[in-house]
Amino acid sequence: MPSPVQNPRILLSQCRFQLHFPPKPHNLQPNPRHFHCSKSKLSLSHQHQLVSEPQTSQSPSSWSPSSQILTIRESLLSRQKKAVEITRDYLNRLRQTEPQIRSFLHVSEEEAAMREAEDIDRKIEQNEELGPLAGVPIAVKDNICTADMPSTGGSRILEGYRPAVDATAVRRLRECGGIVIGKTNLDEFGMGSTTEASGFQVTANPWDVSRVPGGSSGGSAAAVSAGQCVVSLGSDTGGSVRQPASFCGVVGMKPTYGRVSRFGLMAYASSLDVIGCFGSSVMDTAILLGAISGHDRLDSTSSKHEVPNYASELASADLLESKPLSGLKVGIICETLGDGVDAGVISSIRAAASHFEELGSIVTEVSLPSFSLGLPAYYILASSESSSNLSRYDGIRYGNQVAADELNSLYKDSRAKGFGPEVKMRILMGTYALSAGYYDAYYKRAQQVRTLVQKGFKEALGENDILISPAAPSAAYKIGEKTNDPLAMYAGDIMTVNVNLAGLPALVLPCGFVEGGSAGLPVGLQMIGGAFDEAKLLKVGHIFERTLHGCRFVPSL
Amino acid sequence: MHEYETIIGIETHVQLSTLTKAFCSCPYIYGSQPNTTICPVCMGSPGALPVLNSKVIEFAVKVGLALNCSLSMSSKFDRKQYFYPDLPKGYQISQFDIPIATGGFIDLDLPTEFGGGHRRFGITRVHMEEDAGKLLHSGTGSYSQVDLNRAGVPLLEIVSEPDMRSGLEAAEYAAEIQRLVRYLGVSNGNMQEGSLRCDVNVSVRPVGQSAFGTKVEIKNMNSFSAMHRAIDFEISRQVDLYNKGQADQIIQETRLWEDGSQRTVTMRKKEGLADYRYFPEPDLPNVVLANEFVDNIRSSLPELPEIKRRRYEKMGLSMQDVLFLADDMQVADFFDEAVEKGADVKLASNWIMGDIAAYLKNEKLSINDIKLTPQELAELIASIKGGTISGKIGKEILFELIAKGGTVKGLIKEKDLVQIVDPLEIEKMVEKVLSENPKQLQQYRGGKTKLQGYFAGQVMKESKGKANPVLLNKILLEKLKSSS
Repeated sequence: MPSPVQNPRILLSQCRFQLHFPPKPHNLQPNPRHFHCSKSKLSLSHQHQLVSEPQTSQSPSSWSPSSQILTIRESLLSRQKKAVEITRDYLNRLRQTEPQIRSFLHVSEEEAAMREAEDIDRKIEQNEELGPLAGVPIAVKDNICTADMPSTGGSRILEGYRPAVDATAVRRLRECGGIVIGKTNLDEFGMGSTTEASGFQVTANPWDVSRVPGGSSGGSAAAVSAGQCVVSLGSDTGGSVRQPASFCGVVGMKPTYGRVSRFGLMAYASSLDVIGCFGSSVMDTAILLGAISGHDRLDSTSSKHEVPNYASELASADLLESKPLSGLKVGIICETLGDGVDAGVISSIRAAASHFEELGSIVTEVSLPSFSLGLPAYYILASSESSSNLSRYDGIRYGNQVAADELNSLYKDSRAKGFGPEVKMRILMGTYALSAGYYDAYYKRAQQVRTLVQKGFKEALGENDILISPAAPSAAYKIGEKTNDPLAMYAGDIMTVNVNLAGLPALVLPCGFVEGGSAGLPVGLQMIGGAFDEAKLLKVGHIFERTLHGCRFVPSL
Repeated sequence: MHEYETIIGIETHVQLSTLTKAFCSCPYIYGSQPNTTICPVCMGSPGALPVLNSKVIEFAVKVGLALNCSLSMSSKFDRKQYFYPDLPKGYQISQFDIPIATGGFIDLDLPTEFGGGHRRFGITRVHMEEDAGKLLHSGTGSYSQVDLNRAGVPLLEIVSEPDMRSGLEAAEYAAEIQRLVRYLGVSNGNMQEGSLRCDVNVSVRPVGQSAFGTKVEIKNMNSFSAMHRAIDFEISRQVDLYNKGQADQIIQETRLWEDGSQRTVTMRKKEGLADYRYFPEPDLPNVVLANEFVDNIRSSLPELPEIKRRRYEKMGLSMQDVLFLADDMQVADFFDEAVEKGADVKLASNWIMGDIAAYLKNEKLSINDIKLTPQELAELIASIKGGTISGKIGKEILFELIAKGGTVKGLIKEKDLVQIVDPLEIEKMVEKVLSENPKQLQQYRGGKTKLQGYFAGQVMKESKGKANPVLLNKILLEKLKSSS
């Protein structure tokens, strides 16, 4: 297969950013060495292989991702394709790519997935109403419980564990007709940023298999990016949906805390955890989010806030208008574009800001003074809660138990053998932070920082409709690059953890490329909104995505 | 003994009789087969989340108000963390620094047989938490089994001030807590089933010393009398050590009461303070009480034992009667209703405390299980007082009413039990008896006057028990004397 990457200078000429640079400071100028777009024409898109897309005939410069979910729906309803064919295609693609990518810890039995697809086909034959996810192959992060498949949380301590019930989010997507085709890899219990801390395997980045896909929801992000599934569920405690979305060039949505039920999500840090969505387009992400959102009586932290019809709001977005985001106030968080952030990432975000301006938005810089405090506060709170949440993995009722002569050895040996080093480190940190005499200095102080962070966001979002920043300080790095430097790994979460501390929704969508790999590496733009402002983020994201010409975020595999 | 002072504080766990557990929809039925009333939530499965049963809050508020506490209008749950196989999540959901109720008191009257006296003991706090499961140890000791049926059952922990000074006071405090929770209908308060569990802290110090002595915790007392004895044993054990100059051998420890040997034995020594690493439970929102919610509960509280006792006292009942009647709310309600229906206060109390209580005790029934109604007790008392029936007949009718129900009037009519108060009729019967017993009559007149009782019995028999005894004796005596 020919490389999709051509001379960056040629590509740049096709990229719309190049034509509309605002007369702004010099650092807005994209560096051609870091900023380029991969060209769609030469890339063998999996979407194109699987379902016909209207865009194939379009010129590369006007490519933008279409909704695979809507395309599947259309082909099902028009009887062009059967759900069984679609499911089989995806399972084939999954099997074909899995040896390279290793995104799945468990793949559904073909017969089981086929039976679900047949049900959809029967419904179509009988003209029954179809759920919004009918026939859509979906992957689920393995820390989200599925009753018919093992759910390990990426931990050896739960190897082979089968939950009694589906997580509420899984139940809802199944009720909407979605077909769960497998469970994706993650850093053990969500603790990590690369999937390297998985108890089972390391997932590769589809853009460059020598690189990490990000984490902890690396498997879910890679699976969407590699076309192994249409959409996927992840979880985000400190950026675990958004950072891998950025690394893999897919759309990642971290909803408001409480928007999606956490019932059935293996708790890492309960006050920060949310289930999030991955898709290759904002529309797909919106449809998936709509399916899983809403109050759940099994999760008392789930919100009763009304769930808007995210997808229909996108469909109504007027893309023909020359300034579709006219009047939208966009605040660019200046603390996220400073030291420690790759120049290529900064240029991509500056370029995205320019794109917002072209669309009619008013972009201003905003400062969040407490921004840098978020990272240490996050690690104290998340570790503290995790030390408590992981106490249940004691080998007594389920999971792997190491035989021992007395109780304390049973506990110690089961946990020593079952947990990986990163998890042990966080349990130790959290236990320490909650210990008598340290509580006030660590946990309580971190909670005070959390309040400051919340206030900071509230002010900034009082003046702006959305805030933007990179989703990560760099593009995907090499496997093994940071495994011996946990602090460097933790620092990579700087862009995302504050959003979890504030409980706000954030949408990450690919906005550009930096050099790396054979085809360049995608860069994600993070858009942060006020609580329960998912609809606004999705609408803005949708318009941004549809007007961002020239960038095609499909890796060549 | 006189030179030492005992300080006792009690932590009481009250199991709430909600239909479902505190944080899931499993029922709790005492004595169920192990692990039959469990679900992913109460067995701590991955991904399971607690959802608070609102009845727990309602019950906690009831108890808080009844214990004269101030309520925390916004409280929260915390996690108390420790590892034990009966604790599925590795932490217990409890309340730490903001309990739902604080700073109350409880009033009680000591039993008259122990000299009586009124006491007021302080309540430090009341908080909500969940129970753990149970471990079943194998006979060989080679393994243990875990039963999680009880895991997640709601508890209230009631902590007293260190106000008690004797085993008696401590046992009476516990008994009053039991009475209170039963009055409120929040728990069956059954100590044998573990629905009411008391951990007692006992320390002794020489009178005049301001610092507390080393406190020892006693567990495993499953009756009030066991508490009484356990504490008194522990007090004398500690005083003995003081007297022998071995006060340093009183160490901070948990001791178990052994009913068989009637003594306390060391269970575990406390090495420093356990660090439970409490922190706010992130899975549950704060518990915010609305004023209206509290007001509704306050206005629906029943008359509480202390108020009832003071009312009965004012009605002129003896303290023994007061304590008996107010001990059980159903008994008190029965009594109150009988009085309301016109029964004489003292007589109603006597009947309830005497024959009715004896019957209930024998048959192991509660007062609501019997067919006798307060209305009929009032009727019975009035019929005896008014002379319609004799006390003896009254007693017979009582047992009939208890067992089969019906009305006093109906039974009197049906069995023709109206007391004979017509002197002529009684005179006829007396004459009949005297004429049928000439030999005894002769003996009587020969000076054996004790035979009067014999004649009275015969006449009563003749009347089938219906003759008015006063009248009967009067006429009999006249006849016996006049004929001589």
